[in-house]
Parts: sequence; C-alpha cells; structure tokens
Amino acid sequence: MPQPLNHLNESPSQTAGPYVHIGCTPNFSGITGLYAEDPGSVLVNDKTLGERITIRGSVFDGTDAALKDALVEIWQADAAGLYPSPPETRGQVDPNFGGWGRSPGDMDSGEFVFESIKPGQVPYPDGRLQAPHITFWIVARGINIGLHTRLYFEDEAEANATDPILARIEQRQRVSTLLAKPETPGTYRFDIRLQGADETIFFDM
Amino acid sequence: MTDDSESRGGYIQRDRSRHPPAYVSAYKTSVTRSPQKALLSFPTTLSEETGPVFGDSLIGPRDNDLLHNHASDDESAIGPRILVYGQVRDQSGRGLPNTLVEVWQANAGGRYRHQKETYLAPLDPNFGGCGRCLTDARGYYEFRSVMPGPYPWPNGVNDWRPSHIHFSLFGQSFAQRLITQMYFEGDPLIWKCPIVNTIPGRAAIEDLIAALDLNATIPMDTLAYRFDITLRGRRQTWFENRPEGL
Repeated sequence: MPQPLNHLNESPSQTAGPYVHIGCTPNFSGITGLYAEDPGSVLVNDKTLGERITIRGSVFDGTDAALKDALVEIWQADAAGLYPSPPETRGQVDPNFGGWGRSPGDMDSGEFVFESIKPGQVPYPDGRLQAPHITFWIVARGINIGLHTRLYFEDEAEANATDPILARIEQRQRVSTLLAKPETPGTYRFDIRLQGADETIFFDM
Repeated sequence: MTDDSESRGGYIQRDRSRHPPAYVSAYKTSVTRSPQKALLSFPTTLSEETGPVFGDSLIGPRDNDLLHNHASDDESAIGPRILVYGQVRDQSGRGLPNTLVEVWQANAGGRYRHQKETYLAPLDPNFGGCGRCLTDARGYYEFRSVMPGPYPWPNGVNDWRPSHIHFSLFGQSFAQRLITQMYFEGDPLIWKCPIVNTIPGRAAIEDLIAALDLNATIPMDTLAYRFDITLRGRRQTWFENRPEGL
C-alpha cells in the first residue's frame, strides 16, 4: 500500500430548501430585529466609482415558470477590475464597493434586482484579460447543488469576442444565454433558465 | 507570478460523485429545476478564487444564540437545548478563520417561521430560527439552539424530513460557496428522506451527520453536537509556516 494522501472530501451539498430566506435574508422573510440589514442587500454607496447599472432578471424552471423561492448571489470586481478580497494583490480596491450582493427576489414575482456598477476587466490566469463579467450563484428548493454561472454584457461585444471562458463554449448559439441585454440606459436584463433550449450555461470550475 | 504558480494555486475540482446530481426523480421539485446540459468546466480564475470578507462588526452578540435571539426578556425558546460546534476547514485540513457561517432551522415542533409554511405545528413566539457567526482563528464556530423537530413535507404522501439545521458557508472564495444541511446522530428518518438520499452513497451522507459529544455538553444546561464542515481545497501543498498559501 502507498502512503495515504489524507485529503478530506468536500462536505456534500444539500438543497437550500423553501425557507432559505429565513437564514440568509431574515428581514425580507419577516424576522426583524435580529440583523440591522439583510447581508448583501447593498453593493454601492454615493462614493462608489464606476458606471451605475441595474440588473434585473428571473430564474425560470423547465415549465417556464419563474421561481419565487430562489436566492441569487453575485460577486464582481470594482470599476478598475479589482476584487475586495485578500487574494487580490494587484492594487487598492475601491473602499466604497463591497463586491458581493444577495437578492431574495420579489415576494410576488420572484424577480431579482441588483444595483451595482459595471465591473472592470479581470485577468485570466495566463494574463489575458477577461471580458467584464459578474459571477452568479443560484440556490433554491429543488436545486441540489448551487449553480455557478456568469453574466457578461451584450454591449461589450469586442471584449466578449476574446474572453477565454466564452471561447470554451462549443455550441456558439448558447453564448447568448450568458449575455445581459440592455433595456434602458444603465439597465440590463439577465434571465436564468434552468432547463430547455435556452438553458443557461452553468459552470463546474 | 508565473503561469506555473497560478495554475498550481487554483481550486481542486469538485468531486461531483459525492454531491447530489441535479436531477433526482424521487425529489420531485428537482425534476423541473435541474439543468440537463453538461456543465462548462474550466480551472478557477481570480473571479472564483476571491470572495467576500465579513468583519466582526457584522455580528451581534446574540446572533449565534438561537435560544434567545428572538425571545422576550428572561424567556427562551422551547425545546431540547443544544450547542452545535465544529470546524470549517478545507480539503487539506486547514481551519478557515473569520468565515461567515449562517444557519436556519425549524422550531422544536418542526415548524418554520415563514409565511409560506403550512404545517399545523405551532410557532414558538420565542424562536426565530436563524443565526450566524464568524469562525475563530482556527476555523471553529459554535451556536446554541433547540433541537429542531422532524416534519412532513409534500413530496410523496408520507415523506418526513429528519431533524436538520441548514448551513450556508462562504469559506475564503466564491469557489468554496456551499449550502448544506446537518443531521443528528441516531435519527432513523435520515435514511428514509428523499432529500438526504439525493446524496450518492452512505459514506457521503454520514459526512453530514453530527455526532453527540457528551464531552462538550454544558452540565445541567445543554447537549452538544459536533459538526465539522469541509470546503474545497487548493491545488497546492499547504505549508504550516505559510498559512496564507503560496
């Protein structure tokens, strides 16, 4: 027998269930007085640098119904492409930008909304620049393991054309599932489809 | 940094054979909520190797005391009193300090405090069912609560959830983000639950069963359960004198 490697196994995932909002956005779910505000509800303030954007979208199941019990989180770089996180060593991140957002979706429609800024470009490990993007993570009842994907901007066609992740997508018609569509100036729609011909590309990274 | 150190520092690929698949017919809600196309695989980039940092200022003094954080003065939640503690670590066994742990659960009768909850068991006016804390310098967390009750749920006509506590974990990067559930040693409902059984294999399920730890109980006060959680690790050798990594 060779020596044991002693690597631990990652703990298995379990669904977030129908009551994820109790633990993650208690004020939204009516449990008030515990937390001053629901974590991740604010990404920007008046001093945050960069182009203000609003992102709206819904998560659709295989019957084309919008989920009303999902929790959507985002993680993104600041306007200069820097992450507010210890592994970020390339510069001083905007102190007025948190980078992380969490939306329980509208109580009736399920639509999520994030008020943020357009992220700058972040390098790929080999030094090439990635197109501006926002990481999304979706959990809900019936989703057995959190789904990772990215939002790219449809109006960044030039940067998207050379993005190393988008370049890995074999079926090119599916790239559009990752593109947020401009609706009005500064407002983008990013719908997520769990199944069907327009199923969003989800990641295993 | 060189290309070599970059590629060595990425996260170990997730072993999906120990996670539930997206589609499990016996868990009916997963049927229309499970992606059907292949996931796009790529090595982690800075976008996944970074993640939000939460400070002590976020956490209130009673955030990890579910016995009291929703209770009137001099009252506490009803039910068997428990202390749950454990270590959040990565696959190298390295404790993850200052990482946010969020928990939520039903009350002792198996009832959640939620507007969409319809189970006939009563609410406990002194129990909210949510809490949070940051891990300490060695990755340990703890909170106090009541033992959550089992409850029936609409899936089959007679499916019951075992007693469980939901956990949301951040680790140090978005690649480590995980939501899971903790079960209690000895509960016979664990092995009959369609949600538990989305996990392939008994060994992986046992990773989510907390052990009764009589050495950690508070005499004449609460029972204790230990629940360690392992998040993804990095593709590099960990050196004790460089805890921050390469």
